[in-house]
Amino acid sequence: MTADTLLTLVLIILFMPLFSFALLLGFGKRLPRKGDAIATGLMFLNLGLALAVLFGVYALPDTPAIHGFALTPIQMNFQWIDFHTTISVFGNTIPLQIELGIMIDRLVAIMLVVVTLITALVHLFSIGYMHGDPKYHRFFAYLGIFAFSMLGIVITNNLLMMYAAWELVGLSSYLLIGFWYEKPRPGYAATKAFLMNRVGDIGMWTGIMILFTSYGTFRFDQIFAHIAAGHLPFGSEAWLTAAGILIFMGAIGKSAQFPLHTWLPDAMEGPTPVSALIHAATMVAAGVYLVARTFPMMSGGALIVIASIGTITAFVAATIAIVQNDIKKVLAYSTVSQLGYMVLALGVGAFTAGFFHLVTHAMFKACLFLGSGSVIHAMHHGLHKIHDHDTDPQDVRNMGGLAKKMPVTFATFLIATLAISGVPLFSGFLSKDEILAGAWAFGGLRGELAVIVPWVGFFVAALTAFYMFRVVILTFFGESKRPDIFEHVHESPMTMKIPIIVLATLSIFIFFSFNPFSGPSGWFVKSLPAPATVTGEHWYQFAHGEQAHGEATHAEGMHGESAGEESTHGESTADEAVAVTANPAQEAFEHAVHESHIPAMITSLLLALSGIALAFAVYRRKMIDPDKVAEKTGPLYRFLLNKWYFDEIYELWVVVPGVHLISRMMRWIDTNIVDGAVNGVASITTWQSRISGLFDKWVVDGAVNGAAYVVGFFGILFRKTQTGKIQAYIAFLLAGVVVLFYVFR
Amino acid sequence: MMEIGLPHYLVVSAVLFCLGILALATRRNAVLMLMGIEFILNSANLNLLAFSRYQGLNLEGHVFALFVIILAAAEAAVALAIVLHVYRMNNTVDADRIASLKE
Repeated sequence: MTADTLLTLVLIILFMPLFSFALLLGFGKRLPRKGDAIATGLMFLNLGLALAVLFGVYALPDTPAIHGFALTPIQMNFQWIDFHTTISVFGNTIPLQIELGIMIDRLVAIMLVVVTLITALVHLFSIGYMHGDPKYHRFFAYLGIFAFSMLGIVITNNLLMMYAAWELVGLSSYLLIGFWYEKPRPGYAATKAFLMNRVGDIGMWTGIMILFTSYGTFRFDQIFAHIAAGHLPFGSEAWLTAAGILIFMGAIGKSAQFPLHTWLPDAMEGPTPVSALIHAATMVAAGVYLVARTFPMMSGGALIVIASIGTITAFVAATIAIVQNDIKKVLAYSTVSQLGYMVLALGVGAFTAGFFHLVTHAMFKACLFLGSGSVIHAMHHGLHKIHDHDTDPQDVRNMGGLAKKMPVTFATFLIATLAISGVPLFSGFLSKDEILAGAWAFGGLRGELAVIVPWVGFFVAALTAFYMFRVVILTFFGESKRPDIFEHVHESPMTMKIPIIVLATLSIFIFFSFNPFSGPSGWFVKSLPAPATVTGEHWYQFAHGEQAHGEATHAEGMHGESAGEESTHGESTADEAVAVTANPAQEAFEHAVHESHIPAMITSLLLALSGIALAFAVYRRKMIDPDKVAEKTGPLYRFLLNKWYFDEIYELWVVVPGVHLISRMMRWIDTNIVDGAVNGVASITTWQSRISGLFDKWVVDGAVNGAAYVVGFFGILFRKTQTGKIQAYIAFLLAGVVVLFYVFR
Repeated sequence: MMEIGLPHYLVVSAVLFCLGILALATRRNAVLMLMGIEFILNSANLNLLAFSRYQGLNLEGHVFALFVIILAAAEAAVALAIVLHVYRMNNTVDADRIASLKE
């Protein structure tokens, strides 16, 4: 396939879910089966197209263009707004206009497959899970608009469209999280998710605007070209770092990073397929994708912030996940923790590892969420049968022994858990190992405080294995803690089993690398090398010698500037795209990663196995009583159980003062502006009614009275003829007849 | 002996009509006024039949006359009922004295 065909296919993939959305919203109720079959079919068709694009992209010649970060990516641009004026950017005069566009590279192709795959499987799963819901067709419509927004983020080649799709994702996630808005908690959770995302988005927009005011363009390739040419925003490295951090703020919101992570666990109030779709595989991955997309322009200063935030997030969320009892809450915090991992990886410069983990995590976490959906569905059914409406169907303390009743769910859940724990033979091992190797190399190269990053990384790996197996043991092993519910629990229908089986299969190493112990030897890592940074000497400067400053960097690369060009294809100008030379620091890092690969692998494997062993010792063999541990570590336990009191702190320091301030402002607006407007309208009305009163009195009443007077006058006149004597009337009649005879003679 | 033709009928009819009008205009008794109306209607009937006979209008005139007779019967029934009622209320059928609607 040629690049043009691929771009067209990508556009079709983008608009297919929008079509599904419009169709279901307009005619959902009248379609057969309320349109679920149509929506699901469209999504599977989309998955087919995305696979075609993936193979098409991988069949293209291996030029820098298909790695996506060259200065000449394969893209297609449409002029959107032309301001008919020119601006001066670093000595060049360019027309001020805004373009929209799409691009295609390996990153996009892989994301397309991940997003369409998870979307399609979640559609299939929802047929069983949402069966009988009164807003059934609307659920599928919302899934459609969500998929459209997410695909918009994936395929765009500029920050403006990225931002628009970003906000659309915010909107559609609001609709999906608050799908059961009749209940108070989902509505509240949806609002919370929406508002916390806005906080991040303000930063993101500011960052985008810093770049736009400096370079007059939103396009990635043009921004990268400017930075590669040494053009810094407002001429200073600090502004470049600020732009990077501010754009990363968007990712903090969407990917639920510390300190804006609290919305994600609350968003578990949405239907479970939604949790799988947006909180495991797509929406939260958008933040990581944004960082990956803008990775070349992230300066060392911005990257260190990203790495720190990722490290903190991974640690905080993992510690909270240990003590949660709600099966979905554990998965939610585990998601936050794993997202922290991805961000950490990108922050330390291990681009491929971060993106690799994004893909593998999407598979096994979607599998975990859908599996938990299957469990909750079964528990719900059991509770329904015994007419118990107070017990929480999501609480692991009410489960146990479910492996016997739900073998398929158990097997797939176990596979996904092994994957997330980093056990060899599963995909999570490969990607997590890559991340830890990156963190190890980073800690080694930078020294000092930076060694915290790998330490925390390894500690979190052990924690992850522990809390995930805790959930598995409490849910599926042993004896049921509530035999009355257990009796009525049964395996889920086929539409729910197929998606989790597919996802569990995709969590096995073979799809990413043929060697179960070596991620780097697999096609995935090999085909996606870390893009060369364009920031030159503003990148990390590792203390270990080799960094002979990249003076030779910035070759030309301003060719993308000829604006108005409809389409710039990679093949023709592939050699120009090599303009960005490799950064010595980046090379040193890659080298260090390679060296730390084996020790990191062994350490992480040992830690993961010890975490699993501890979980079995505590929850299966009962060698340690978890309740006693909780008692002994009282304050710490409560601290973790209450999620580090983040919500309380925000309530106290942000929400309450914010609400207070806003309510005062609103009160002022109410008394001065709204009331003023109301009173003004009232007095205008009074005056107007006085005038119309006068009009009424003199003109309208005058006309009415005048008409009455005229009628009365003639009435008096003609009354004289009414004599009451019939003979007189007959005489009049005869006279009249005679006159008529005379007239019509 | 003179042949009896259309003019004869018309003359009789006109005389009847005039008598009817006269009765209507001069009598004060309501019943007699109704009789006057009957005169007028029958003069019209006579006209219709005469034209039907002499002007080759076949049966249309007869049908028309029959309608008029039916109409007259209905009219007489209704009018006599009214008169009867008027008598009950006013104890008279003198048209001049029934003037309660007069100003």
